[in-house]
Amino acid sequence: MKLVISLLSGALFGAGLHVSGMTDTARVRGFLDFAGNWDPTLMFVMGGAILPMLLAWRLTRGRAPLTGGTFPTQAPQVISRPLIAGSVLFGIGWGLVGLCPGPALASLSYGGWQGIVFLGAMLTGMRSVPRLRRVLDTRTTHA
Amino acid sequence: MQIAWIYGLIGGLCIGSAAALLLLGTGRIMGASGIVGGLIDGSGSNRGATVAFVAGLIGLPALMSMGGWHGDTQASSNVALLVLGGLTVGIGTRFANGCTSGHGVCGLSRFSLRGLVATIAYIGAGAITVTLLRWGLGL
Repeated sequence: MKLVISLLSGALFGAGLHVSGMTDTARVRGFLDFAGNWDPTLMFVMGGAILPMLLAWRLTRGRAPLTGGTFPTQAPQVISRPLIAGSVLFGIGWGLVGLCPGPALASLSYGGWQGIVFLGAMLTGMRSVPRLRRVLDTRTTHA
Repeated sequence: MQIAWIYGLIGGLCIGSAAALLLLGTGRIMGASGIVGGLIDGSGSNRGATVAFVAGLIGLPALMSMGGWHGDTQASSNVALLVLGGLTVGIGTRFANGCTSGHGVCGLSRFSLRGLVATIAYIGAGAITVTLLRWGLGL
């Protein structure tokens, strides 16, 4: 049951990214181009995506997930350095190419070699983070 | 181009419904970087469900594109740009614990301050990057 729901959710996510234009780097970079010829489409994508989730979070109250377990509790609202530095770094990459993790996967079948190079670099970056974290942690403790 | 926002809204509703389905069905937050990152560095649980999610995420757009609804990423062919962009997106989203779907869609809808700060930071950094690239290098 968990597998079926996960597959359906992934498929719906992929279809939404495909339909909305999130896999089109020209559209994404057009949204980020506030100082130029701004394309507001992504505002509608984000707005449309937030609506069902507003309802979903409301429905989690006093209930449990359909397949058992518990709903994720909210992380302590600490604005940490990794949160800001990581998001800025992500934004730079998003601006450079116009792909974020979801669309990079959703466009795998038609993104050509460019998409594969981007995805390979992205996965390499993700893989390096536990090691990077350890290095940064030792540096801060020894400083 | 006038109707782009309608497709954006419909696509967005699909994305949000996918996130709602995953949350209410399995109790998981639909964050692309968290789900994929957990699979890549071995920190994630629910390997089977994660693989199923990724299969759907790659599979349905592939079928749609083959079935006539063609997709085009229009991505740059500059290898240095692609590698640098991929690395920073990969490292950044894992350090921040989320990307557009996790912090943006799932975080903002929960009125999460962390989600809001992250979203402002990555959209701001993305906007500055695009502007500098266009003015500086004409890319």
